[in-house]
Amino acid sequence: MRTDLVVIGAGPAGLAAALAADARGTRVAVLDAGPAPGGQIHRQPPAGADTAAATAPPHVRRTWRSLAAALAASTVTVLTEHHVWCVEPGFTVHALCGPGQDEPVAVRAAAVLLATGGYEKVLPFPGWTLPGVLTAGGAQALLKGALTAPGQRAVVAGTGPLLLPVATALAAAGTEVAALVESAGPTALLRHGPALAAKAPEGAWHAARLLRHRVPVLTRHTVVRAHGSAALTGVTVAALDRAGHVRPGSERLLHCDTLAVGHGMLPHTDLAGSLGCPLDGSAVRVDAEQRTGVPGVWAAGEATGVGGAALALAEGHIAGRSAAARLRGAAPDPAGWSAAARARRTLRAGAAALDAVFAPPAGWARQVTDDTVVCRCEDVTAGAVREAVDRLGAEDLRTVKLLTRAGMGWCQGRMCHPGIAGLTGCPPVPPRALPARPVPLGVLARQATEEGTA
Amino acid sequence: MSAREPSARPGPGCTRSFTVTFDGREIEVLPGRTVAAALLAAGVTSWRTTRRAGRPRGVFCGIGVCFDCLVTVNGRPGQRACLRPARPGDVIRTEEGTGHAD
Amino acid sequence: MSESLTCDVVVVGAGMVGAACALYASRAGLDVTVVDRGPVAGGTTGAGEGNLLVSDKEPGPELDLALYSLRLWRELAGEIGDLVEYESKGGLVVAATPASLAALGALTAAQRRAGVTATEVGADRLPEYEPHLAAGLAGAVHHPQDAQVMPALAAAHVLRISGARLLTGRTVTGVLRDAAGTVRGVRTDRGAVHAPSVVNAAGVWGGELAAHAGVSLPVAPRRGFVLVTEPLPPRIRHKVYAAEYVQDVAGGTAALRTSPVVEGTAAGPVLIGASRERVGFDRTPSLPALRALAAGATRLFPFLAGVRAVRAYAGFRPYLPDHLPAIGPDPRAPGLLHACGHEGAGIGLSTGTGRLIAQVLTGAEPALDLAPFRPDRFPASAPTARPATETGEAR
Repeated sequence: MRTDLVVIGAGPAGLAAALAADARGTRVAVLDAGPAPGGQIHRQPPAGADTAAATAPPHVRRTWRSLAAALAASTVTVLTEHHVWCVEPGFTVHALCGPGQDEPVAVRAAAVLLATGGYEKVLPFPGWTLPGVLTAGGAQALLKGALTAPGQRAVVAGTGPLLLPVATALAAAGTEVAALVESAGPTALLRHGPALAAKAPEGAWHAARLLRHRVPVLTRHTVVRAHGSAALTGVTVAALDRAGHVRPGSERLLHCDTLAVGHGMLPHTDLAGSLGCPLDGSAVRVDAEQRTGVPGVWAAGEATGVGGAALALAEGHIAGRSAAARLRGAAPDPAGWSAAARARRTLRAGAAALDAVFAPPAGWARQVTDDTVVCRCEDVTAGAVREAVDRLGAEDLRTVKLLTRAGMGWCQGRMCHPGIAGLTGCPPVPPRALPARPVPLGVLARQATEEGTA
Repeated sequence: MSAREPSARPGPGCTRSFTVTFDGREIEVLPGRTVAAALLAAGVTSWRTTRRAGRPRGVFCGIGVCFDCLVTVNGRPGQRACLRPARPGDVIRTEEGTGHAD
Repeated sequence: MSESLTCDVVVVGAGMVGAACALYASRAGLDVTVVDRGPVAGGTTGAGEGNLLVSDKEPGPELDLALYSLRLWRELAGEIGDLVEYESKGGLVVAATPASLAALGALTAAQRRAGVTATEVGADRLPEYEPHLAAGLAGAVHHPQDAQVMPALAAAHVLRISGARLLTGRTVTGVLRDAAGTVRGVRTDRGAVHAPSVVNAAGVWGGELAAHAGVSLPVAPRRGFVLVTEPLPPRIRHKVYAAEYVQDVAGGTAALRTSPVVEGTAAGPVLIGASRERVGFDRTPSLPALRALAAGATRLFPFLAGVRAVRAYAGFRPYLPDHLPAIGPDPRAPGLLHACGHEGAGIGLSTGTGRLIAQVLTGAEPALDLAPFRPDRFPASAPTARPATETGEAR
């Protein structure tokens, strides 16, 4: 298959981009790994399921209704269950399909728009590898996509704006939520109130539901340990002092079979990295038109810096209009997207303020005992990582990886690198992977069939 | 929109459950669920042991990034339970170590 | 922070060759400082498979160095073998056609005369050696002396047991020379290190260091990719490669050459090489190169078609025009010694190189004739190393 523009990712950024480009005469194909468009935020329950338990706030549902209606009225081609493992310069987008992800498909395009979203950052703590401990986003995905609660009694912990909706969704699904444990302090949350204004209606909606379900909220608290042998049986929570260190003697045990935990989001930059797009820190660098440093490649949404769905929509819209104009050989007129540009400016400022409020507690690394597994794929402990730094001369994540295997496994460091960077003081480095997903050697060895010609 | 959905998904109103097996035991699954959702709904929280320390693992990131939820489906090891849709008759097995036979 | 240090010898480069030079120099009683602008094993060492091979070498000075080095590796393995994943796994060189088997037989005969142990394996007996090997191959040669280490761990632990002072993250900005031209140490971005001897173990950047001392050494990078699979149980017992690999190693072409090299690792993943191309320091992943590696590996081991590759990485072999390293004192700059340009064989050849350097430093008779490795053997008109600016980063 050949098209003008391939959009990778069918979340808010990708769909807004696809719709904006489609409306201007560009042929667009959107590829997504999920079973339906929408991304993580608009993950829909299975067809035919009883949706009474669906828990998205009203404005999120409204946004989805209008996106879905626009998509249905468009000529955008949506290719679901396409797992992109490589974008070749030029551009050829290689994906894997089928239940075993072993059927190769290639789509050619004149331009590529990366709307690859983000994934959750989780910092390690003793017991975090026990079954029953999952990411807050993972709990939300199960609730949204399968109407399945991961357990009977849950603690939601960590830091960040995701914890509140996850706690309310769990409670609404009938899970007893023993506590919402947020490491940020209540005054910090209040002090940054104006910057959080964009989130206010949503926050108020969730907060009301928390109250209704009588969920205890512990601010300036943290989970210091998860307990259990074969599976999670409880967590120890403790209060934090103003410097972010555990207050001795404040520990107490909460029984639970589920811990939904998260410490913020990170951008997905594998495809951008393998294309050679320059990054700013952990995010893809883009200009005012959402163009990356590589000609023909645009990026929008969480991949360019985590800022939420509204920001993703604004960035996607701008990226789609820019790509449509540039593909016609015309310079786009930014005046046409001034409303989106204003929203982008405001929302980016808000996202920066959120980052400042929801920073992990300063003393978190002290709670990580030497026997705590930090690399989940390769069972590498914090002790082994510390030894590589203290005794073997590792000073960066790559050398830690070479000397311990931390980050060499299936996930290629996506899960452990933020934690190891924090434990060791090594500068964080975004993973740069080709293939971006595991690909069978038999597929790699032969040329892929093109989508539509197979 | 021209949608192409390679997997056969049940149409609206279709809520008929089907069965799969997990380590030989029959499990009832609602349509549209992933293998991970099906196992969790059946009260199974762990379906893999790590190859070095032999520790139990289940779902963690839930969106295909962490590979902690690897499971063997229909004889194929290393399938991400959080992404793979459950299909009628799937034979799901706990994955030990690499999941590959020696 | 700036400081001035004095020692007996400065080794520039904290890769495997630098580590081995530090170890044997220290054990000869010298006070050694190792300087590297990056971390331990940050260059070619961290990007290779850790081969200790005799099987791929034609008789001559490189094979002599390999045999000498292997003996030293076995000694070291008694000390730190487990820590560095030393595995005396043996190599299996397979020939697809009778013609390539005949050529392989001739090479093997010559290798035997040079002291290599090798056994011909008929096609019917291949499954005993490698049960998962493709059917229809003409035959193979088994090399029991071939071994493997995990190279980054090897460099780190050899540096640790050397007791040498390790200064990482410190860039050498100049070589100090006195009025008579004699080398007196190095200048770094954070102070000078004074020493009567400087060892150039800077790998692909060896030409750059030589230039700092006012001499030329035409080291050029030859890129290689390695594909890494998902972890597997031990299914591939030897380092297995196609007979054509030997020709590719010896070839000098700039174009992409690939010949399959497949091996299991103690940690589980299978490593797949080997590609060679001269493209400067470009780390951009190349799908055509990865496709060629996958095609070669699945031809040798058909079961790999269903096994997933989880990552690929690029490395740069330090390559000299005649495929031999530069080892020994540089008569053009008294006090400067070279230990670089080992191309893709540096891990295997490191121990012998380090011991030879230590012998020169202490005035002992070198165990091997250093004449073939003379750093000034290249004509002045030889192409000099391209400016050694790294365009990618080592991630």
